[in-house]
Amino acid sequence: MSGGPAALALQEVTKEHPGSPPVVALQSVSLSINDGEFVAVVGPSGSGKSTLLAIAGTLERPTAGSVQVAGTSTDRLCDRALSGIRGSRIGFVFQQFFLLPTLTAAENVACGLVYRGIPPGQRRRRAADALDRVGLGDRQTHRPGQLSGGECQRVAIARALVGDPAIILADEPTGSLDTATGDDILALLAGLNAGGATIIVVTHNQDIAAAAGRTISLRDGKIVDDSEATA
Amino acid sequence: MKQGRANPPPGPRTRLRRAPHGSTLRATDILPLAALGVLSRPTRAILSAAGIALGIATMVCVLGISSSSRAQLIAQIDALGTNLLTVTPGQSLTGVNLTLPRTAPAMVRRIGPVLAASAIGDVDASVYRNDRIPVVNTEAITVYWADASLLRTLQGHVDSGRFLTAATSRFPAVVLGADAASALGVDRADGTVQLWLGDHWFSVVGILDPLPLAPELDRTALIGLSAARQLLHARGSPVQIYVRTDPASIAAAAAVIPATADPAAPQNVAVADPADALIARADASAAFQSLFLGLGAVALLVGGIGIANVMVIAVLERRGEIGLRRALGASRQHIGLQFVAEAALLATSGGAAGAVLGGFATTVYASQRHWSATVPVLVLLGAVGIALVVGVTAGLYPALRAARLAPAEALRII
Repeated sequence: MSGGPAALALQEVTKEHPGSPPVVALQSVSLSINDGEFVAVVGPSGSGKSTLLAIAGTLERPTAGSVQVAGTSTDRLCDRALSGIRGSRIGFVFQQFFLLPTLTAAENVACGLVYRGIPPGQRRRRAADALDRVGLGDRQTHRPGQLSGGECQRVAIARALVGDPAIILADEPTGSLDTATGDDILALLAGLNAGGATIIVVTHNQDIAAAAGRTISLRDGKIVDDSEATA
Repeated sequence: MKQGRANPPPGPRTRLRRAPHGSTLRATDILPLAALGVLSRPTRAILSAAGIALGIATMVCVLGISSSSRAQLIAQIDALGTNLLTVTPGQSLTGVNLTLPRTAPAMVRRIGPVLAASAIGDVDASVYRNDRIPVVNTEAITVYWADASLLRTLQGHVDSGRFLTAATSRFPAVVLGADAASALGVDRADGTVQLWLGDHWFSVVGILDPLPLAPELDRTALIGLSAARQLLHARGSPVQIYVRTDPASIAAAAAVIPATADPAAPQNVAVADPADALIARADASAAFQSLFLGLGAVALLVGGIGIANVMVIAVLERRGEIGLRRALGASRQHIGLQFVAEAALLATSGGAAGAVLGGFATTVYASQRHWSATVPVLVLLGAVGIALVVGVTAGLYPALRAARLAPAEALRII
């Protein structure tokens, strides 16, 4: 464990979805992820992977326990402050890309910077840089409809990177892609991790799990295994 | 197995804290954000803004046409001079119509600011095209005697022929008002046409143009006082005196006219400004406007409901986008603001289009009537303002729904 605050720390996190009986999605999960780690979260369907990602990304609040992002406790933050944390500390990558079809690649990448009060000129520059980092410097003015699936996911990764987040959370980033394209995306994520980015990937993909430096296995809302790869 | 680090103890759980780096949206980014949502579905935007446009266009058109017509009337009255007063005898307590003393016109002319005063009076006779017409067919034309100066005092004009003069006033000569001439079928005033008036033949010597300030004279036949007395035994008491005053002293003249015209019973003398009456009548016809304004308001309401409906659908369709924006750092307020701004933008665009449309319709209508089109800027600004209010109101509920959407839920659907 490094000396600075962890990029992400969960303490005794429990999440119950209301109902009768209530569904326990996560049960007393504690974990700490340091800067620069590449972590795969694996487990069967319904094991709580997506809930873990949503809570780690502050999209949901835990029923009990606490979440810290880059040393900041998120437990008692108001919506605006929590949204600020998401905007500045966390980058999301989704299986369905969630690109806005009427915007160009660069505009899609710059989308989140609007909520940080960054002026338009700076937004454009940072978006162009981020697209360069994912190898799409020449696709800035293309719209999602003009891009392949792999390119769309690269745009989505650029959007996650553009705000210099402490941590990137990816939910099945290769789930909608064919194997070869998926491998490209995996290589891109691995490259970004080698460059210092902290990445957490929820996946069924064994290749990603194998490429990650650390694998956390979930089952029935509990961590059943947390192992570092012995490379 | 890695476990969480020990954290500093949390403070009292009283209220949610604000972090120094809260989510921020620049005011200048709100409009582009709203425009993005609106323009992503242009057909839908146009259709939903059309209701507002229609309502606003109706309102602007109604207000524009009425203000154009009023402006036209006032311009007309100004051209004719606003310094005309009418002096009439009132009614006695028992309801009998009174007359003014015969000396009244001469007395009124003596008042300093009075420039001219001309009287008309009752003649107990009716006018017919010829002596074969049944007596009941009067065509509702009233016969008056009139001073030869009347037309000058009214600043009226003859359509053909001449008005009464000191000479023709003594002879059986008649001048017809514009409506009276057309009712009797008289279109020449060269002295060759004769009318049967009070058992005498009168020659038509003049036909008047319509008199905007004295429309009551348009359906009258006017003869000279001398002829009225000699041939028709008129008493010669005025029933109305038209007074032209110095424009600067209208009120002063009006104040002293009653006592001058009828020193014995000034309380029986009424002084009025016919321009006031005309404007009041034009304003009264504006009551009709409220019906059309009401229709415009209903169209606006329906337009507003249409926008609310479209926005509710948009919130359902764009759950993914809402979830994404929340993940990218938008707060609940930002999402709500975006949807309110979209509704406001839709309605304001519709309102602006409606204002242009209404202004255009007013211009076309006014130019057809040879008026100058007058659409008050306040009406145009007000129209856009009303559209904005309708839009914001229509957007509130959808915005609330969008803002309340849980981000994790919103991102799960596809």
